[in-house]
Amino acid sequence: MKQIDLVIIGGGPAGLSAAKMAAESGLSSLIIERDFKVGGQLVKQTHMFFGSEKQYAKTRGIDIAKILVNDVLKYPELIEIMTDTTVVGLYKDKVVTLLQNDKYIKVQTNAIIIATGASEKVLAFENNDLPGIYGAGAVQTLMNVHGVLPGQNVVMVGSGNIGLIVSYQLIQAGVNVLCVLEAASEIGGYKVHASKLKRLGVDIKTSHSIKKAIGKEYLEKIVIGKLDDKWEFIEGTDEELVVDSLCISVGLSPLSNLLSMIETEMKYVSYLGGLVPLIDKNHETSIENVFVAGDVCGVEEASSAIVEGYLTGLVVAKKLGFVHPNYDELYLDFKDQLQNLRSGPFGEKLRLGLEEIMR
Amino acid sequence: MLNTNGVPEKKLVLSKFPDRELLLKPKAITECYEDIPCNPCATSCPFDAIYIGEDINTQPVVDFEKCTGCGICVYNCPGLAIFTVQELDSTNARFKIPFELRPLPEKGETWSGVNRAGEIITEVLIEKVSLKATHDKTALVQVLVPVEYINYFITIRRQI
Ligand SMILES: Cc1cc2nc3c(=O)[nH]c(=O)nc-3n(C[C@H](O)[C@H](O)[C@H](O)COP(=O)(O)OP(=O)(O)OC[C@H]3O[C@@H](n4cnc5c(N)ncnc54)[C@H](O)[C@@H]3O)c2cc1C
Ligand code: SF4
Ligand code: SF4
Repeated sequence: MKQIDLVIIGGGPAGLSAAKMAAESGLSSLIIERDFKVGGQLVKQTHMFFGSEKQYAKTRGIDIAKILVNDVLKYPELIEIMTDTTVVGLYKDKVVTLLQNDKYIKVQTNAIIIATGASEKVLAFENNDLPGIYGAGAVQTLMNVHGVLPGQNVVMVGSGNIGLIVSYQLIQAGVNVLCVLEAASEIGGYKVHASKLKRLGVDIKTSHSIKKAIGKEYLEKIVIGKLDDKWEFIEGTDEELVVDSLCISVGLSPLSNLLSMIETEMKYVSYLGGLVPLIDKNHETSIENVFVAGDVCGVEEASSAIVEGYLTGLVVAKKLGFVHPNYDELYLDFKDQLQNLRSGPFGEKLRLGLEEIMR
Repeated sequence: MLNTNGVPEKKLVLSKFPDRELLLKPKAITECYEDIPCNPCATSCPFDAIYIGEDINTQPVVDFEKCTGCGICVYNCPGLAIFTVQELDSTNARFKIPFELRPLPEKGETWSGVNRAGEIITEVLIEKVSLKATHDKTALVQVLVPVEYINYFITIRRQI
Protein backbone atom coordinates (compact mmCIF):
# COMPACT_ATOMS: atom_id res chain seq x y z
CA MET A 1 0.00 0.00 0.00
CA LYS A 2 1.19 3.49 -0.88
CA GLN A 3 2.44 5.44 2.20
CA ILE A 4 1.90 9.20 2.37
CA ASP A 5 2.54 11.72 5.18
CA LEU A 6 -0.55 13.78 4.47
CA VAL A 7 -3.52 13.19 2.20
CA ILE A 8 -5.52 16.27 1.15
CA ILE A 9 -8.94 15.47 -0.24
CA GLY A 10 -10.13 18.16 -2.67
CA GLY A 11 -8.00 20.48 -4.79
CA GLY A 12 -10.00 23.68 -4.31
CA PRO A 13 -8.60 26.84 -2.72
CA ALA A 14 -8.59 25.24 0.75
CA GLY A 15 -6.80 22.06 -0.32
CA LEU A 16 -4.22 23.84 -2.47
CA SER A 17 -3.38 26.34 0.25
CA ALA A 18 -3.06 23.57 2.83
CA ALA A 19 -0.59 21.71 0.60
CA LYS A 20 1.45 24.84 0.07
CA MET A 21 1.77 25.64 3.77
CA ALA A 22 2.57 22.01 4.63
CA ALA A 23 5.29 22.01 1.96
CA GLU A 24 6.69 25.31 3.24
CA SER A 25 7.00 23.55 6.59
CA GLY A 26 8.77 20.61 4.93
CA LEU A 27 5.89 18.10 4.98
CA SER A 28 5.00 16.19 1.82
CA SER A 29 1.41 15.63 0.73
CA LEU A 30 -0.85 14.10 -1.87
CA ILE A 31 -3.77 16.15 -3.22
CA ILE A 32 -6.65 14.10 -4.56
CA GLU A 33 -9.10 15.85 -6.89
CA ARG A 34 -12.05 14.22 -8.61
CA ASP A 35 -12.26 16.83 -11.36
CA PHE A 36 -9.96 16.87 -14.40
CA LYS A 37 -8.09 19.84 -12.97
CA VAL A 38 -7.49 21.43 -9.58
CA GLY A 39 -8.85 24.84 -8.56
CA GLY A 40 -12.28 23.86 -7.22
CA GLN A 41 -15.03 26.44 -7.59
CA LEU A 42 -12.51 29.06 -8.64
CA VAL A 43 -12.00 27.71 -12.15
CA LYS A 44 -15.43 29.02 -13.19
CA GLN A 45 -15.42 32.38 -11.39
CA THR A 46 -14.78 35.06 -13.99
CA HIS A 47 -15.60 37.98 -11.68
CA MET A 48 -13.28 39.98 -9.43
CA PHE A 49 -13.25 38.71 -5.86
CA PHE A 50 -13.91 40.52 -2.61
CA GLY A 51 -11.80 40.35 0.49
CA SER A 52 -8.49 42.03 1.08
CA GLU A 53 -5.30 41.88 -0.94
CA LYS A 54 -3.87 39.11 1.25
CA GLN A 55 -6.58 36.83 -0.18
CA TYR A 56 -6.16 38.19 -3.71
CA ALA A 57 -9.18 40.53 -3.65
CA LYS A 58 -10.02 42.27 -6.94
CA THR A 59 -8.36 39.39 -8.82
CA ARG A 60 -10.72 37.25 -10.88
CA GLY A 61 -11.45 33.78 -9.44
CA ILE A 62 -9.92 31.97 -12.43
CA ASP A 63 -6.71 33.92 -11.94
CA ILE A 64 -6.64 33.21 -8.20
CA ALA A 65 -6.83 29.51 -9.11
CA LYS A 66 -3.76 29.96 -11.33
CA ILE A 67 -1.84 31.67 -8.53
CA LEU A 68 -2.68 28.91 -6.03
CA VAL A 69 -1.83 26.15 -8.51
CA ASN A 70 1.50 27.79 -9.36
CA ASP A 71 2.30 28.03 -5.66
CA VAL A 72 1.80 24.30 -5.34
CA LEU A 73 3.80 23.48 -8.48
CA LYS A 74 6.81 25.13 -6.85
CA TYR A 75 7.18 22.05 -4.64
CA PRO A 76 7.35 19.13 -7.10
CA GLU A 77 9.28 16.97 -4.63
CA LEU A 78 6.84 17.53 -1.81
CA ILE A 79 3.40 17.81 -3.39
CA GLU A 80 1.86 15.15 -5.58
CA ILE A 81 -1.45 15.85 -7.35
CA MET A 82 -3.85 13.18 -8.59
CA THR A 83 -6.70 14.52 -10.73
CA ASP A 84 -9.66 12.54 -12.11
CA THR A 85 -9.47 10.62 -8.86
CA THR A 86 -12.28 10.42 -6.32
CA VAL A 87 -11.99 9.49 -2.69
CA VAL A 88 -14.68 6.89 -2.12
CA GLY A 89 -13.70 5.45 1.22
CA LEU A 90 -12.14 6.59 4.43
CA TYR A 91 -11.20 4.41 7.41
CA LYS A 92 -10.38 5.27 10.99
CA ASP A 93 -6.88 3.82 10.70
CA LYS A 94 -6.24 6.50 8.04
CA VAL A 95 -6.53 4.31 5.00
CA VAL A 96 -8.01 6.18 2.06
CA THR A 97 -9.61 4.43 -0.91
CA LEU A 98 -9.38 6.19 -4.26
CA LEU A 99 -11.21 5.48 -7.48
CA GLN A 100 -9.20 6.25 -10.59
CA ASN A 101 -10.04 4.99 -14.10
CA ASP A 102 -12.37 2.33 -12.66
CA LYS A 103 -9.56 1.07 -10.43
CA TYR A 104 -9.46 1.20 -6.65
CA ILE A 105 -6.24 2.35 -5.01
CA LYS A 106 -5.51 2.24 -1.28
CA VAL A 107 -3.31 4.76 0.45
CA GLN A 108 -2.06 4.70 4.04
CA THR A 109 -1.45 8.11 5.60
CA ASN A 110 -0.62 9.77 8.92
CA ALA A 111 -2.97 12.71 8.59
CA ILE A 112 -5.88 13.79 6.42
CA ILE A 113 -7.19 17.22 5.51
CA ILE A 114 -10.70 17.06 4.10
CA ALA A 115 -11.34 20.01 1.79
CA THR A 116 -14.18 18.70 -0.36
CA GLY A 117 -16.13 21.98 -0.50
CA ALA A 118 -19.89 22.09 -0.85
CA SER A 119 -22.62 21.05 -3.25
CA GLU A 120 -25.65 22.96 -4.48
CA LYS A 121 -28.98 22.59 -2.76
CA VAL A 122 -32.00 21.63 -4.81
CA LEU A 123 -35.49 23.12 -4.71
CA ALA A 124 -38.74 21.15 -4.78
CA PHE A 125 -41.46 22.27 -7.24
CA GLU A 126 -43.60 20.66 -9.92
CA ASN A 127 -41.53 19.39 -12.89
CA ASN A 128 -38.21 20.44 -11.39
CA ASP A 129 -36.53 17.70 -13.39
CA LEU A 130 -37.25 19.13 -16.87
CA PRO A 131 -34.22 19.66 -19.08
CA GLY A 132 -33.38 23.36 -19.01
CA ILE A 133 -33.47 23.57 -15.23
CA TYR A 134 -29.95 23.87 -13.84
CA GLY A 135 -28.10 24.65 -10.66
CA ALA A 136 -26.25 27.97 -10.83
CA GLY A 137 -22.93 26.16 -10.51
CA ALA A 138 -23.73 23.94 -13.48
CA VAL A 139 -24.58 27.01 -15.56
CA GLN A 140 -21.27 28.59 -14.61
CA THR A 141 -19.36 25.45 -15.53
CA LEU A 142 -21.18 25.26 -18.88
CA MET A 143 -20.56 28.90 -19.72
CA ASN A 144 -17.22 29.71 -18.20
CA VAL A 145 -15.37 26.40 -18.44
CA HIS A 146 -16.88 24.90 -21.60
CA GLY A 147 -18.13 28.01 -23.43
CA VAL A 148 -21.69 26.71 -23.86
CA LEU A 149 -24.77 28.88 -23.25
CA PRO A 150 -27.50 27.29 -21.13
CA GLY A 151 -30.26 29.03 -23.12
CA GLN A 152 -31.49 32.39 -24.35
CA ASN A 153 -34.08 33.44 -21.77
CA VAL A 154 -33.30 32.66 -18.17
CA VAL A 155 -34.88 33.24 -14.78
CA MET A 156 -32.68 32.97 -11.68
CA VAL A 157 -34.09 31.63 -8.42
CA GLY A 158 -32.20 33.00 -5.41
CA SER A 159 -30.63 36.40 -4.79
CA GLY A 160 -27.64 35.37 -2.71
CA ASN A 161 -24.24 36.38 -4.02
CA ILE A 162 -24.02 33.34 -6.26
CA GLY A 163 -27.43 33.99 -7.87
CA LEU A 164 -26.58 37.64 -8.42
CA ILE A 165 -23.09 36.96 -9.78
CA VAL A 166 -24.16 34.17 -12.12
CA SER A 167 -27.02 36.38 -13.42
CA TYR A 168 -24.46 39.05 -14.23
CA GLN A 169 -22.21 36.51 -15.96
CA LEU A 170 -25.20 35.28 -18.00
CA ILE A 171 -25.76 38.84 -19.23
CA GLN A 172 -22.06 39.14 -20.06
CA ALA A 173 -22.45 35.99 -22.15
CA GLY A 174 -25.33 37.61 -24.04
CA VAL A 175 -28.19 35.74 -22.36
CA ASN A 176 -31.42 37.56 -21.50
CA VAL A 177 -32.05 37.36 -17.75
CA LEU A 178 -35.78 38.07 -17.23
CA CYS A 179 -35.65 38.42 -13.47
CA VAL A 180 -34.21 37.14 -10.22
CA LEU A 181 -36.68 35.61 -7.75
CA GLU A 182 -36.10 35.82 -4.01
CA ALA A 183 -38.43 34.20 -1.48
CA ALA A 184 -37.30 36.44 1.38
CA SER A 185 -38.50 40.03 1.63
CA GLU A 186 -34.97 41.36 1.12
CA ILE A 187 -32.11 40.65 -1.25
CA GLY A 188 -29.73 38.03 0.18
CA GLY A 189 -26.40 38.95 -1.37
CA TYR A 190 -24.27 42.07 -1.37
CA LYS A 191 -26.22 45.09 -2.61
CA VAL A 192 -23.37 46.15 -4.88
CA HIS A 193 -24.02 42.98 -6.90
CA ALA A 194 -27.77 43.65 -6.90
CA SER A 195 -27.35 47.25 -8.02
CA LYS A 196 -25.05 46.10 -10.81
CA LEU A 197 -27.80 43.86 -12.17
CA LYS A 198 -30.61 46.33 -11.64
CA ARG A 199 -28.90 49.03 -13.69
CA LEU A 200 -28.64 46.50 -16.54
CA GLY A 201 -32.42 46.28 -16.42
CA VAL A 202 -32.85 43.03 -14.48
CA ASP A 203 -35.77 43.00 -12.07
CA ILE A 204 -35.12 41.52 -8.65
CA LYS A 205 -38.43 40.25 -7.30
CA THR A 206 -38.30 39.80 -3.55
CA SER A 207 -41.09 37.79 -1.83
CA HIS A 208 -41.44 35.73 -5.03
CA SER A 209 -40.70 32.15 -5.91
CA ILE A 210 -41.13 29.52 -8.58
CA LYS A 211 -44.38 27.56 -8.40
CA LYS A 212 -44.01 25.12 -11.25
CA ALA A 213 -42.26 24.44 -14.50
CA ILE A 214 -44.14 23.68 -17.70
CA GLY A 215 -42.91 21.84 -20.78
CA LYS A 216 -43.21 18.55 -22.66
CA GLU A 217 -39.67 17.49 -23.38
CA TYR A 218 -37.86 20.53 -22.10
CA LEU A 219 -38.61 23.68 -20.16
CA GLU A 220 -40.96 26.05 -22.01
CA LYS A 221 -42.61 28.17 -19.32
CA ILE A 222 -42.60 28.75 -15.61
CA VAL A 223 -45.25 29.95 -13.21
CA ILE A 224 -44.10 32.25 -10.44
CA GLY A 225 -46.05 33.74 -7.57
CA LYS A 226 -45.81 36.20 -4.72
CA LEU A 227 -45.20 34.92 -1.21
CA ASP A 228 -46.63 36.11 2.09
CA ASP A 229 -44.42 36.47 5.16
CA LYS A 230 -44.84 32.76 5.94
CA TRP A 231 -43.49 31.96 2.48
CA GLU A 232 -46.89 30.69 1.28
CA PHE A 233 -48.00 31.62 -2.24
CA ILE A 234 -50.61 34.37 -2.27
CA GLU A 235 -53.61 33.40 -4.36
CA GLY A 236 -54.17 35.31 -7.55
CA THR A 237 -50.55 36.42 -7.92
CA ASP A 238 -49.55 33.76 -10.47
CA GLU A 239 -47.58 34.96 -13.43
CA GLU A 240 -46.47 32.91 -16.42
CA LEU A 241 -43.05 33.56 -17.96
CA VAL A 242 -41.72 32.12 -21.21
CA VAL A 243 -38.19 30.85 -20.61
CA ASP A 244 -35.91 28.15 -21.95
CA SER A 245 -33.78 27.90 -18.83
CA LEU A 246 -34.19 28.21 -15.13
CA CYS A 247 -31.25 28.56 -12.83
CA ILE A 248 -31.51 27.52 -9.19
CA SER A 249 -29.26 29.11 -6.62
CA VAL A 250 -30.70 28.51 -3.20
CA GLY A 251 -27.54 27.81 -1.27
CA LEU A 252 -24.85 25.24 -0.78
CA SER A 253 -24.43 22.44 1.70
CA PRO A 254 -21.09 21.10 2.92
CA LEU A 255 -19.91 17.88 1.23
CA SER A 256 -19.24 16.21 4.54
CA ASN A 257 -20.26 12.60 3.79
CA LEU A 258 -16.68 11.28 3.92
CA LEU A 259 -16.48 12.45 7.53
CA SER A 260 -19.50 10.38 8.44
CA MET A 261 -17.68 7.26 7.22
CA ILE A 262 -15.18 7.52 10.06
CA GLU A 263 -17.85 8.47 12.58
CA THR A 264 -16.58 11.97 13.16
CA GLU A 265 -18.77 13.91 15.56
CA MET A 266 -21.08 16.00 13.40
CA LYS A 267 -23.79 18.57 13.91
CA TYR A 268 -26.48 20.05 11.70
CA VAL A 269 -25.95 23.82 11.71
CA SER A 270 -28.20 25.70 9.30
CA TYR A 271 -26.04 28.84 9.47
CA LEU A 272 -23.17 26.79 8.04
CA GLY A 273 -25.28 25.16 5.32
CA GLY A 274 -25.97 21.73 6.79
CA LEU A 275 -24.16 18.82 8.43
CA VAL A 276 -20.67 19.83 9.55
CA PRO A 277 -17.98 18.26 11.76
CA LEU A 278 -17.19 19.56 15.22
CA ILE A 279 -13.72 21.09 15.22
CA ASP A 280 -11.21 22.59 17.61
CA LYS A 281 -9.52 25.95 17.09
CA ASN A 282 -7.01 24.31 14.73
CA HIS A 283 -9.70 22.66 12.59
CA GLU A 284 -9.01 19.17 13.93
CA THR A 285 -12.13 16.96 14.04
CA SER A 286 -13.03 14.53 16.82
CA ILE A 287 -10.82 11.95 15.07
CA GLU A 288 -7.16 12.62 15.75
CA ASN A 289 -5.15 13.85 12.79
CA VAL A 290 -8.24 14.32 10.63
CA PHE A 291 -8.64 18.00 9.81
CA VAL A 292 -11.08 20.02 7.72
CA ALA A 293 -10.73 23.28 5.80
CA GLY A 294 -12.91 25.40 3.53
CA ASP A 295 -16.59 25.10 2.68
CA VAL A 296 -16.82 21.52 4.00
CA CYS A 297 -16.85 22.88 7.56
CA GLY A 298 -19.19 25.79 6.84
CA VAL A 299 -20.14 27.37 3.53
CA GLU A 300 -18.27 30.61 3.27
CA GLU A 301 -15.97 32.27 0.73
CA ALA A 302 -12.82 31.45 -1.17
CA SER A 303 -11.01 34.12 0.81
CA SER A 304 -11.62 32.28 4.07
CA ALA A 305 -11.14 28.86 2.45
CA ILE A 306 -7.62 29.93 1.43
CA VAL A 307 -6.75 31.14 4.91
CA GLU A 308 -8.27 28.05 6.56
CA GLY A 309 -6.20 25.93 4.18
CA TYR A 310 -3.01 27.73 5.18
CA LEU A 311 -3.89 27.39 8.84
CA THR A 312 -4.56 23.64 8.74
CA GLY A 313 -1.51 22.97 6.54
CA LEU A 314 0.63 24.83 9.05
CA VAL A 315 -0.84 23.06 12.08
CA VAL A 316 -0.84 19.55 10.62
CA ALA A 317 2.81 19.90 9.62
CA LYS A 318 3.72 20.91 13.14
CA LYS A 319 1.79 17.99 14.60
CA LEU A 320 3.75 15.61 12.40
CA GLY A 321 7.02 17.19 13.46
CA PHE A 322 7.59 19.71 10.68
CA VAL A 323 7.54 23.17 12.24
CA HIS A 324 7.45 26.12 9.88
CA PRO A 325 10.30 28.59 10.64
CA ASN A 326 7.73 31.39 11.06
CA TYR A 327 5.10 29.25 12.75
CA ASP A 328 4.00 31.62 15.51
CA GLU A 329 3.86 34.69 13.32
CA LEU A 330 1.92 32.92 10.56
CA TYR A 331 -0.47 31.26 12.98
CA LEU A 332 -1.47 34.59 14.47
CA ASP A 333 -1.71 36.22 11.06
CA PHE A 334 -4.07 33.52 9.69
CA LYS A 335 -6.26 33.71 12.80
CA ASP A 336 -6.34 37.47 12.43
CA GLN A 337 -7.28 37.36 8.75
CA LEU A 338 -10.14 34.94 9.44
CA GLN A 339 -11.48 37.11 12.20
CA ASN A 340 -11.25 40.19 10.02
CA LEU A 341 -13.10 38.53 7.12
CA ARG A 342 -15.90 37.40 9.43
CA SER A 343 -16.30 40.45 11.61
CA GLY A 344 -18.90 42.36 9.54
CA PRO A 345 -22.69 42.02 9.63
CA PHE A 346 -22.60 39.47 6.76
CA GLY A 347 -20.39 37.30 8.97
CA GLU A 348 -22.80 37.28 11.89
CA LYS A 349 -24.63 34.02 11.11
CA LEU A 350 -21.32 32.43 10.29
CA ARG A 351 -19.84 33.48 13.60
CA LEU A 352 -22.81 32.01 15.46
CA GLY A 353 -22.58 28.82 13.41
CA LEU A 354 -18.87 28.42 14.04
CA GLU A 355 -19.40 28.82 17.78
CA GLU A 356 -21.77 25.87 17.65
CA ILE A 357 -19.20 23.49 16.20
CA MET A 358 -16.26 24.37 18.45
CA ARG A 359 -15.07 21.36 20.43
CA MET B 1 -35.31 50.48 -2.06
CA LEU B 2 -31.76 49.18 -2.02
CA ASN B 3 -32.66 46.14 0.08
CA THR B 4 -35.66 45.03 -1.96
CA ASN B 5 -34.75 45.79 -5.57
CA GLY B 6 -31.16 47.01 -5.61
CA VAL B 7 -31.96 50.67 -6.29
CA PRO B 8 -30.42 53.00 -3.69
CA GLU B 9 -32.73 55.76 -2.46
CA LYS B 10 -31.89 59.27 -3.65
CA LYS B 11 -30.91 60.32 -0.14
CA LEU B 12 -28.37 57.51 0.00
CA VAL B 13 -26.94 58.45 -3.39
CA LEU B 14 -26.61 62.10 -2.43
CA SER B 15 -24.86 61.15 0.80
CA LYS B 16 -21.88 59.93 -1.24
CA PHE B 17 -21.59 63.08 -3.38
CA PRO B 18 -19.41 65.99 -2.23
CA ASP B 19 -20.49 69.63 -2.37
CA ARG B 20 -21.09 70.90 -5.88
CA GLU B 21 -18.05 73.22 -5.95
CA LEU B 22 -15.72 70.28 -5.27
CA LEU B 23 -17.08 68.63 -8.41
CA LEU B 24 -15.50 71.25 -10.62
CA LYS B 25 -12.63 68.77 -10.52
CA PRO B 26 -13.25 65.03 -11.08
CA LYS B 27 -13.97 63.05 -7.91
CA ALA B 28 -14.62 59.40 -7.09
CA ILE B 29 -18.06 58.45 -5.77
CA THR B 30 -18.23 55.11 -3.91
CA GLU B 31 -21.70 53.65 -3.98
CA CYS B 32 -20.97 51.06 -1.37
CA TYR B 33 -23.61 51.18 1.34
CA GLU B 34 -22.99 48.01 3.30
CA ASP B 35 -20.33 46.74 5.68
CA ILE B 36 -18.89 44.02 3.44
CA PRO B 37 -15.45 42.41 3.77
CA CYS B 38 -13.76 44.24 0.92
CA ASN B 39 -11.07 46.89 0.48
CA PRO B 40 -9.42 47.00 -2.98
CA CYS B 41 -10.62 50.58 -3.52
CA ALA B 42 -8.57 51.74 -0.56
CA THR B 43 -5.50 49.68 -1.39
CA SER B 44 -5.50 50.57 -5.09
CA CYS B 45 -5.73 54.37 -4.76
CA PRO B 46 -2.28 55.82 -5.43
CA PHE B 47 -3.19 59.05 -3.59
CA ASP B 48 -4.45 57.45 -0.37
CA ALA B 49 -7.75 59.16 -0.97
CA ILE B 50 -10.01 56.26 0.06
CA TYR B 51 -10.03 55.18 3.67
CA ILE B 52 -11.27 51.86 5.02
CA GLY B 53 -8.80 51.04 7.76
CA GLU B 54 -7.92 47.86 9.65
CA ASP B 55 -11.42 46.38 9.67
CA ILE B 56 -12.10 45.63 6.00
CA ASN B 57 -15.85 45.50 6.71
CA THR B 58 -15.92 49.26 7.14
CA GLN B 59 -17.46 51.28 4.31
CA PRO B 60 -15.06 53.34 2.18
CA VAL B 61 -14.80 57.07 2.76
CA VAL B 62 -13.35 59.31 0.06
CA ASP B 63 -11.17 62.24 1.03
CA PHE B 64 -12.29 64.62 -1.74
CA GLU B 65 -9.36 66.94 -1.06
CA LYS B 66 -6.92 64.17 -1.91
CA CYS B 67 -8.90 62.50 -4.73
CA THR B 68 -7.64 63.50 -8.19
CA GLY B 69 -10.35 61.63 -10.08
CA CYS B 70 -7.74 59.46 -11.80
CA GLY B 71 -10.19 56.55 -12.08
CA ILE B 72 -7.87 53.78 -10.87
CA CYS B 73 -10.25 52.71 -8.10
CA VAL B 74 -13.08 52.55 -10.66
CA TYR B 75 -11.76 49.45 -12.41
CA ASN B 76 -10.31 47.94 -9.23
CA CYS B 77 -13.63 47.74 -7.38
CA PRO B 78 -15.04 44.20 -7.66
CA GLY B 79 -18.53 45.54 -6.93
CA LEU B 80 -18.41 47.99 -9.87
CA ALA B 81 -19.60 50.46 -7.28
CA ILE B 82 -17.32 53.41 -8.05
CA PHE B 83 -17.36 56.04 -10.79
CA THR B 84 -15.80 59.46 -11.11
CA VAL B 85 -17.74 62.60 -11.97
CA GLN B 86 -16.86 66.18 -12.81
CA GLU B 87 -19.16 69.11 -13.50
CA LEU B 88 -17.56 70.48 -16.68
CA ASP B 89 -19.76 73.52 -17.30
CA SER B 90 -23.41 74.52 -17.08
CA THR B 91 -24.42 71.90 -19.68
CA ASN B 92 -22.26 68.84 -19.24
CA ALA B 93 -20.80 66.49 -16.66
CA ARG B 94 -18.02 64.04 -17.39
CA PHE B 95 -18.18 60.54 -15.92
CA LYS B 96 -15.69 57.69 -15.90
CA ILE B 97 -17.52 54.41 -15.41
CA PRO B 98 -16.52 50.73 -15.28
CA PHE B 99 -17.80 48.60 -18.16
CA GLU B 100 -17.59 44.81 -18.45
CA LEU B 101 -19.87 43.98 -21.38
CA ARG B 102 -18.74 43.38 -24.95
CA PRO B 103 -18.58 44.77 -27.59
CA LEU B 104 -17.11 47.89 -26.02
CA PRO B 105 -18.35 51.34 -27.03
CA GLU B 106 -16.13 53.40 -29.31
CA LYS B 107 -15.07 56.99 -29.03
CA GLY B 108 -17.53 59.38 -30.66
CA GLU B 109 -20.55 57.07 -30.43
CA THR B 110 -23.83 58.11 -28.87
CA TRP B 111 -25.21 55.66 -26.30
CA SER B 112 -28.21 55.73 -24.00
CA GLY B 113 -27.65 56.98 -20.48
CA VAL B 114 -29.23 54.72 -17.85
CA ASN B 115 -30.25 55.41 -14.25
CA ARG B 116 -29.93 53.18 -11.15
CA ALA B 117 -33.30 51.55 -11.86
CA GLY B 118 -32.10 50.47 -15.31
CA GLU B 119 -34.23 53.02 -17.18
CA ILE B 120 -32.99 55.05 -20.12
CA ILE B 121 -32.96 58.73 -19.13
CA THR B 122 -30.87 60.53 -21.74
CA GLU B 123 -28.32 60.30 -24.52
CA VAL B 124 -24.62 60.41 -23.76
CA LEU B 125 -21.47 60.83 -25.80
CA ILE B 126 -18.61 58.36 -25.52
CA GLU B 127 -15.42 60.41 -25.18
CA LYS B 128 -12.83 57.76 -24.49
CA VAL B 129 -12.53 54.04 -23.83
CA SER B 130 -9.45 52.66 -22.11
CA LEU B 131 -8.59 49.07 -21.40
CA LYS B 132 -4.99 48.44 -20.41
CA ALA B 133 -3.56 45.22 -19.03
CA THR B 134 -3.75 46.70 -15.52
CA HIS B 135 -7.52 47.13 -15.96
CA ASP B 136 -7.86 43.33 -15.98
CA LYS B 137 -10.69 43.37 -18.54
CA THR B 138 -12.78 46.04 -16.83
CA ALA B 139 -12.86 48.94 -19.30
CA LEU B 140 -12.92 52.54 -18.15
CA VAL B 141 -15.37 54.51 -20.28
CA GLN B 142 -15.38 58.30 -20.24
CA VAL B 143 -18.79 59.77 -21.10
CA LEU B 144 -20.28 63.22 -21.48
CA VAL B 145 -23.67 63.43 -19.75
CA PRO B 146 -26.14 66.36 -19.62
CA VAL B 147 -25.46 67.98 -16.26
CA GLU B 148 -29.05 67.75 -15.01
CA TYR B 149 -28.55 63.97 -14.73
CA ILE B 150 -25.47 64.28 -12.56
CA ASN B 151 -27.16 62.50 -9.62
CA TYR B 152 -29.06 60.01 -11.79
CA PHE B 153 -26.77 58.71 -14.52
CA ILE B 154 -25.04 55.44 -13.64
CA THR B 155 -24.27 53.45 -16.79
CA ILE B 156 -24.56 53.27 -20.56
CA ARG B 157 -26.56 51.03 -22.91
CA ARG B 158 -26.07 50.52 -26.63
CA GLN B 159 -28.85 52.16 -28.64
CA ILE B 160 -31.01 49.85 -30.74
C1 LIG C 1 -20.95 31.67 -8.28
C2 LIG C 1 -20.00 31.73 -7.13
C3 LIG C 1 -19.40 32.94 -6.83
C4 LIG C 1 -18.49 33.03 -5.79
N1 LIG C 1 -17.91 34.24 -5.52
C5 LIG C 1 -17.00 34.35 -4.54
C6 LIG C 1 -16.34 35.61 -4.28
O1 LIG C 1 -16.59 36.63 -4.94
N2 LIG C 1 -15.43 35.67 -3.29
C7 LIG C 1 -15.12 34.58 -2.55
O2 LIG C 1 -14.26 34.69 -1.68
N3 LIG C 1 -15.74 33.38 -2.75
C8 LIG C 1 -16.67 33.25 -3.73
N4 LIG C 1 -17.30 32.04 -3.96
C9 LIG C 1 -17.11 30.95 -3.01
C10 LIG C 1 -15.88 30.12 -3.26
O3 LIG C 1 -15.80 29.71 -4.60
C11 LIG C 1 -15.90 28.92 -2.33
O4 LIG C 1 -16.17 29.33 -1.02
C12 LIG C 1 -14.56 28.21 -2.32
O5 LIG C 1 -14.28 27.72 -3.62
C13 LIG C 1 -14.50 27.07 -1.32
O6 LIG C 1 -13.27 26.45 -1.40
P1 LIG C 1 -13.06 24.95 -0.99
O7 LIG C 1 -11.64 24.64 -1.32
O8 LIG C 1 -13.55 24.74 0.38
O9 LIG C 1 -14.05 24.10 -1.93
P2 LIG C 1 -14.17 23.95 -3.50
O10 LIG C 1 -13.67 25.10 -4.24
O11 LIG C 1 -15.57 23.51 -3.74
O12 LIG C 1 -13.20 22.73 -3.81
C14 LIG C 1 -13.47 21.42 -3.37
C15 LIG C 1 -12.83 20.44 -4.32
O13 LIG C 1 -12.94 19.13 -3.79
C16 LIG C 1 -13.22 18.21 -4.82
N5 LIG C 1 -13.85 17.03 -4.23
C17 LIG C 1 -15.05 16.96 -3.58
N6 LIG C 1 -15.29 15.72 -3.15
C18 LIG C 1 -14.22 14.96 -3.54
C19 LIG C 1 -13.87 13.58 -3.37
N7 LIG C 1 -14.66 12.71 -2.73
N8 LIG C 1 -12.69 13.16 -3.90
C20 LIG C 1 -11.86 14.03 -4.55
N9 LIG C 1 -12.15 15.32 -4.71
C21 LIG C 1 -13.29 15.79 -4.21
C22 LIG C 1 -14.12 19.01 -5.74
O14 LIG C 1 -14.14 18.48 -7.05
C23 LIG C 1 -13.52 20.40 -5.67
O15 LIG C 1 -12.57 20.62 -6.69
C24 LIG C 1 -18.20 31.89 -5.00
C25 LIG C 1 -18.81 30.66 -5.30
C26 LIG C 1 -19.68 30.55 -6.36
C27 LIG C 1 -20.31 29.22 -6.69
S1 SF4 D 1 -10.22 58.43 -8.50
FE1 SF4 D 1 -8.04 58.06 -8.23
S2 SF4 D 1 -7.47 59.50 -6.62
FE2 SF4 D 1 -9.67 59.38 -6.55
S3 SF4 D 1 -10.06 57.81 -5.05
FE3 SF4 D 1 -10.04 56.80 -7.03
S4 SF4 D 1 -7.95 56.05 -7.25
FE4 SF4 D 1 -7.95 57.59 -5.62
S1 SF4 E 1 -13.74 48.01 -3.62
FE1 SF4 E 1 -15.82 48.60 -4.20
S2 SF4 E 1 -17.15 47.06 -3.25
FE2 SF4 E 1 -15.13 46.91 -2.27
S3 SF4 E 1 -15.31 48.26 -0.47
FE3 SF4 E 1 -14.44 49.51 -2.12
S4 SF4 E 1 -16.24 50.46 -3.07
FE4 SF4 E 1 -17.01 48.78 -1.83
